[in-house]
Amino acid sequence: MTNTTQTRHIPDRLHSRAARLFKSWEALLFAVAIAIFVVNSFASPYFLNAWNLSDATFNFTEKAMIAFAMALLIISGEIDLSVASIIALASTAMGLAVQYGAGTPELVAIGLTVGLLCGAFNGVFVTILGLPSIVVTIGTMSLFRGISYIILGDDAFRGYPASFSWFGQGYIYWVFTVEMLFFVIIAVVYAVLLHKTNFGRAVYAIGNNPTGALFSGIRVARVKFILFLLTGLMSGVAAICLTSRLGSTRPSIATGMELEVVTMVVLGGVNILGGSGTIPGVVIAAFVMGLVTFGLGLLNVPGIVMSIFIGLLLIGVIALPRLWAMVSAQRKARKIA
Amino acid sequence: MSVLKKLATSVALAGAMLGTPAMAQDDVRIAVVVKALGIGFFEAAAQGAEEAAAELGNVEIIYTGPTDTTAEGQIEVINALIAQQVDAIAISANDTDALVPALQRAMQRGITVISWDSGVAPEGRQLHLNPSSNPLIGNMIIKLAADHLPDGGDVALLSATTTSTNQNIWMEEMNKVMGDYPGVNVVATVYGDDLADKSYREATGLMQSYPDLDAIIAPTSVGIVAAAQAVVDAGKVGEVNVTGLGLPSEMAGAIESGASQSFAIWNPIDLGYSATMLAYELSQNDIEAVPGAEIPMGRMGTLTLDDSNEGAMADPFVYDASNIEDFKSIF
Repeated sequence: MTNTTQTRHIPDRLHSRAARLFKSWEALLFAVAIAIFVVNSFASPYFLNAWNLSDATFNFTEKAMIAFAMALLIISGEIDLSVASIIALASTAMGLAVQYGAGTPELVAIGLTVGLLCGAFNGVFVTILGLPSIVVTIGTMSLFRGISYIILGDDAFRGYPASFSWFGQGYIYWVFTVEMLFFVIIAVVYAVLLHKTNFGRAVYAIGNNPTGALFSGIRVARVKFILFLLTGLMSGVAAICLTSRLGSTRPSIATGMELEVVTMVVLGGVNILGGSGTIPGVVIAAFVMGLVTFGLGLLNVPGIVMSIFIGLLLIGVIALPRLWAMVSAQRKARKIA
Repeated sequence: MSVLKKLATSVALAGAMLGTPAMAQDDVRIAVVVKALGIGFFEAAAQGAEEAAAELGNVEIIYTGPTDTTAEGQIEVINALIAQQVDAIAISANDTDALVPALQRAMQRGITVISWDSGVAPEGRQLHLNPSSNPLIGNMIIKLAADHLPDGGDVALLSATTTSTNQNIWMEEMNKVMGDYPGVNVVATVYGDDLADKSYREATGLMQSYPDLDAIIAPTSVGIVAAAQAVVDAGKVGEVNVTGLGLPSEMAGAIESGASQSFAIWNPIDLGYSATMLAYELSQNDIEAVPGAEIPMGRMGTLTLDDSNEGAMADPFVYDASNIEDFKSIF
């Protein structure tokens, strides 16, 4: 046995902060967002109008509220596909309460509580019984909406108090809507939670290596349970906004929204297998999706074609960095050879 | 529109996105918003809208709708239309109530809003165009049978369930006008619960109980198909005429075999045509949609509004051997 000593220099970081930022997913996505904005401005004379852009934000604000919580959940290696059904159930519960004379404060409390309870329900099955979250939440996706259908059937709940319309139809100042304010507050809260707290570090650790995290003293089950609670809570907030905006509840409310939320999260650069991703990325992704759907809507592009665009965008933005990495790796290999 | 054609248009639009924006601004732009794209019934309605546009001359039809039949999807479409400052929106709604706030905003910004086929609550539109009305349908179902019974005869009704609101109203309306059809007797009313097999058994039972039966009237699209099949299987084609309300695509076989001489349902082409005409009249000719108003709609005559600003377009459209080929592929 020969004794060879190797000295290796390990740098603190591979690239400078600026270079990292420049090469990051968020930078790429931001460039895409700018490009879409510019193309839209040229494509339609109606795009650059404060009121129109304000209307356009409704295309993504509610979805984004859930997407922030979903981002944390996916980073931790779990997923919740029942979010749209939680909206349906929370909205139905609020509608039912209206029939018994509930006022706006009670409605908000009910919406948030139902969201939390649904999140807890999912969390119990995943963290205590150890079932895979994708299976559990596919189940609760049918369960929660099923309850709404049993309660409502073919009918609708109406008659929400006038003050309740503030959440989904109100304006803070000029063109800035109440939902935009919620969007900003929630984005900041989740950005701080994920990037500046121990809890956030734990979320990344769990996503990268749950066993390792457990042996490092992180209470994995508790963190995951809290993440399910948060996702349920945000679904409750979205339910309040959406119900307020529609002014009525039908069991088909928010159908298919879960996939749009997951698309937004993945487009935002969150690894669907867990372990990485940022809140700013999701914020930009929300704008990208909103701008694309609104821009295409202004050109009266049919919805089917719109989903093709979103799909291509998603695949493109995900595939490009991977392709780039492959090309540069090959180049490096050739240089060494 | 086929998927290919849609792709082609989208590619063209993507090209337009990169090129210079060229839009005809002087045309009257009427948006025909449907429950979802890719449904034969609505494609036919769009065809009717284009027909009306060609007749009016200076109208551009924007045919649009969401991918799924959701209210949220339609609201996104409505927001985009408001932003484009279209002149009018004619919508078949996915939700009576949920679209109201968005459509009210459209009206506040000076856009004419009407609903057709599937209505919006009165506060969210200026008028609603029903394809037909209960009295017209009630009269039509007995007329369809009576037209083929010049010397009178025995007819039976095959309805949906005993509690089906629509069918009960139509049969009630039918009873009111029975005096206009002397010699035609309704001998029985049975219920197939809108289930194919139960409707089939009930129709078979009718032919056994009343050997001289001349016609079966089924004011339900499930019952009429099942009854026609029962007549074919009993070997009574030519003796018992099956009629009522049905879909051309499902009834083409029954017309071909002769089990059904004719049946009725709304004509989506006429519906799209009338909706476009009404939207044009309201937005361009300063006609106000108020109860009692009579609004012209081209070749379809005039629409008279009731107390809730709703109106009925026409008698249900009759389909028989002469036109079934054209419509069976539509809906």
